[in-house]
Amino acid sequence: MNSHLIDRHHPQRWSVTRALAVIHLDALLFLGLLMLMGAGLIILYSAGDQSTALMIRQLTRMAAAVFALLVVANIHPDRMRDAAYWLYGVGLILLIAVLAFGHEGKGAQRWLDLGFFRFQPSELMKLAVPLLVASYLAERPLSPTIPRLIIGLVMIIVPSLLIAKQPDLGTSLLIASSGLIVVFLSGISWRIIIGFIVTCTSALPVLWYVMHDYQKQRVLTFLNPESDPLGAGYHIIQSKIAIGSGGLFGRGWLEGTQSQLAFLPERSTDFIFAVIAEEFGLLGVGLLLIMYLLIAARGIYIASQAQTSFARLLAGSISMTFLVYVFVNVGMVTGLLPVVGVPLPLVSYGGTSMVTLLAGFGILMSVHTHRRMMSP
Amino acid sequence: MSTRFTLKNHSNENRLINDRLIFAALFAGLLFIIVMVRLAVLQVVEYEHFDSLSNKNRIDISPLPPQRGLIYDRNGIVLAENIPSFSLEITPENVPNLDDTLTTLAALFSVSEVDITKIRKQIKQQRRFRQFTFRQRLTEEEVAVFSVNRHTLPGVEVVGRLIRHYPQGALFAHTVGYVGRINERDQKNIDLKAYKGTQQIGKTGIEKQYESLLHGSVGYQQVETNVQGRTVRELQNVSSTSGQDLFLNLDINLQRVAAEALGEFNGAVVALVPKTGAVLAMVSKPDFDPNPFVLGISTKEYGALRDSVDMPLFNRTLRGRYPPGSTLKPFVALAGLELGLVTEQTKSFCPGWFSLPGQDHRYRCWKKHGHGHVDLKSSISQSCDVYFYDLANALGIDRLHSFLDFFDFGHRTGIDIPSESKGLSPSREWKRASRNQTWYPGETVISGIGQGFNQTTPIQLAHATAILAMRGINVRPQVARAIRKSGQSELELIEKELAESLPMEDSQHWEAVIDSMVDVVHGTRGTARHIGKNIPFKIAGKTGTAQVFGIKQDEKYDAETLAKKLHDHALFIAFAPADNPEIVVAVVAENGGSGSRTAAPIARKVIDQYFGISPSE
Repeated sequence: MNSHLIDRHHPQRWSVTRALAVIHLDALLFLGLLMLMGAGLIILYSAGDQSTALMIRQLTRMAAAVFALLVVANIHPDRMRDAAYWLYGVGLILLIAVLAFGHEGKGAQRWLDLGFFRFQPSELMKLAVPLLVASYLAERPLSPTIPRLIIGLVMIIVPSLLIAKQPDLGTSLLIASSGLIVVFLSGISWRIIIGFIVTCTSALPVLWYVMHDYQKQRVLTFLNPESDPLGAGYHIIQSKIAIGSGGLFGRGWLEGTQSQLAFLPERSTDFIFAVIAEEFGLLGVGLLLIMYLLIAARGIYIASQAQTSFARLLAGSISMTFLVYVFVNVGMVTGLLPVVGVPLPLVSYGGTSMVTLLAGFGILMSVHTHRRMMSP
Repeated sequence: MSTRFTLKNHSNENRLINDRLIFAALFAGLLFIIVMVRLAVLQVVEYEHFDSLSNKNRIDISPLPPQRGLIYDRNGIVLAENIPSFSLEITPENVPNLDDTLTTLAALFSVSEVDITKIRKQIKQQRRFRQFTFRQRLTEEEVAVFSVNRHTLPGVEVVGRLIRHYPQGALFAHTVGYVGRINERDQKNIDLKAYKGTQQIGKTGIEKQYESLLHGSVGYQQVETNVQGRTVRELQNVSSTSGQDLFLNLDINLQRVAAEALGEFNGAVVALVPKTGAVLAMVSKPDFDPNPFVLGISTKEYGALRDSVDMPLFNRTLRGRYPPGSTLKPFVALAGLELGLVTEQTKSFCPGWFSLPGQDHRYRCWKKHGHGHVDLKSSISQSCDVYFYDLANALGIDRLHSFLDFFDFGHRTGIDIPSESKGLSPSREWKRASRNQTWYPGETVISGIGQGFNQTTPIQLAHATAILAMRGINVRPQVARAIRKSGQSELELIEKELAESLPMEDSQHWEAVIDSMVDVVHGTRGTARHIGKNIPFKIAGKTGTAQVFGIKQDEKYDAETLAKKLHDHALFIAFAPADNPEIVVAVVAENGGSGSRTAAPIARKVIDQYFGISPSE
């Protein structure tokens, strides 16, 4: 090969990377996401009892999510910063509306029925919170002063509490962590961070007091699943059996007895990771986790190359929050964390969260592909 | 705020954030390691433990499918039953060496090498813990052969099931219908939970109509099984409830006689009790054996049935649409009397043809040289066409159509068998809506003798005749008579509401038309006079001959030169006794040529059987 013929010397040369960049897509990140979603579909086929109807619904959602990614990627990061307060404000009003007249499903008020479709305002907040906190903190030099830090924390805590009240503890914790990651990245001193962790740990008994019964039950079961093998502990026991019996290489696609004979509950949604572990073994889940890591790594690289502090904070938070999703889900399925009801991103069957996730990646791509056009 | 704070040191901030990003990435790496260690502990270190737990984890909840209700005729003779059938099932997971097992099975059951290769491929494609059906409907001998060799065939077992069987074969194929494998379309319409373990569902006829009654409700058995999948002990048992037995109005003897009387003709015979609507016989020919459909008919066999020009799968009694021909005349006559256009005494002259005023098109009577002077009675008994051309023209299509509505022409009779056709009773509105054409007076003329657009199904003909026989009382035809709940001995009659009777200005009108129909069978010049002998009561009837093939003006219908497929359909409607009707019969013999020669004798045989009259000849 003629090494001098590389693209750098021939800017007019056509390449997939450049073609995608025209529509503000980052080729590496986009490819990674598509691969992950493809793997997700293969797993869902097995976890969803080979239902084609289920696959079609999931594919439709994926298409909608990719569309959302495309749209967001083409919005300039500066416009996002401008919209941060508005999005956050609208999100807060909707959250209050949900508590007032939301739609109940599975014992929780999370949905807002707008007649033509049902909308979960907490999904909007997943993006609005890091957007607002990053925008607010980046207005002034970093690291933030104590008053600004406190205002930033209030911005995080208010929606988190509203969502925890629905009650949706999983989403609430994820939103809180996406905001806290922004705060962490903004460079607050380690003393404050350590102080915060200590305070939180000592606040745990208070948390116990405000928790709902079913949440307490989950924590108790987490601590000792065998205490209630046919009730609340059933999920985690069956999940561990599924994972453990997968062994190194797994039982093979569609061959997992735990999954296919329906011992594993919620296997197409929150517990889909156990299906992967049973059917593809340690090797399979290892590969899957590496895929997640590579996607997040690309995100962190994008954050490090971003040209404004706002974009850095935002991109860093989105990438890290994505990993938090993965680790919380895997942690809960493997029995490391209590069951909090967080789906495995881009693999679990389910609607709104996929659109939000890919919209988040749209922000990353926007940050990366609008660089040259930004004022220094 | 002073400007001092708004100044940003970009390189400083960048370094600060990047340091934190690196820290975050390292933290993520740490989490990854923790999770991988956790997974390795579960999947490698504790693999044996969880693997054995997984294998023990076989608390099977197996459904106990209910026994389908039986179907009997009115004499208590079984029309649909459940018989045990054995199949050979392979559970691939429990077979140590699939190739050896298949070779042994091939030798035992003399299966060809090609089929074994196919079966091996199918087994490889499905999941290993699911049972694979090697062979269905094992004979006793085959079961014995397997039992002797069972010890050499781990993972293979004989499974007994009850399957639907129709002991009467083709005789009730269209009426009772059949069950078949639940397909994807069925799955959309049923509660999947209620059908767990059930493999068959009613597809046609009574089996489909009364599916919910016949099916019963599913039970459950919770068992603990070992690694091989064999039941160790039963934990819980909720038994199933059998479906309800169904007793039909159909009479197997009458059905058999009707089918035999129809002989080689394609067509239909319907017999019912006009007072109650009870359907006594329903024959559609040609027919087919419903039994192969139960476990899934082979594509080849099905293709042959589907593509046959005689259409054996087509239920002619409910879906066959035939021009009623002259069998419509009594109803048209009644319309004329009721609307005051004719009286019993009104005479009309038949020169052998009829023309609309101002037109030279000749509508011909079947009798070339005409009937001469005819009145209502002779025009029905001799089936004069000209009288009815004239009457229909005087009535007009609007009045004729709305009068025929009373007899449910163009409407479903509401019989308790699915997918009945509505037939067609033409009207001005229908023609505008379906063809976007105006109605021509000539079309009214031929409607008067049941030709043109008119189409009726055999059940419609029988139903309309029953309304006539009952002097206006409209009773919905009904096949099912009673149900018997499982475990009970007494029958529960299926109730149904009587429709209101048709109001008539003068009840003498009914008698006038019925008298004319008696004359068809018993009059000296009646078109069906040859079936009126050796009978202790009077039969009222009407012959009909429906054109399949249009004969041009001035051309003669010649049966000899026409292909059989183009021969006229032969029709006959009748009820007996005329003054106190107990049975109504409608016959359609496709390409039978003549209603009087072909269809009427078939109806007579059915009536003879019903009243126990020994054949006259």
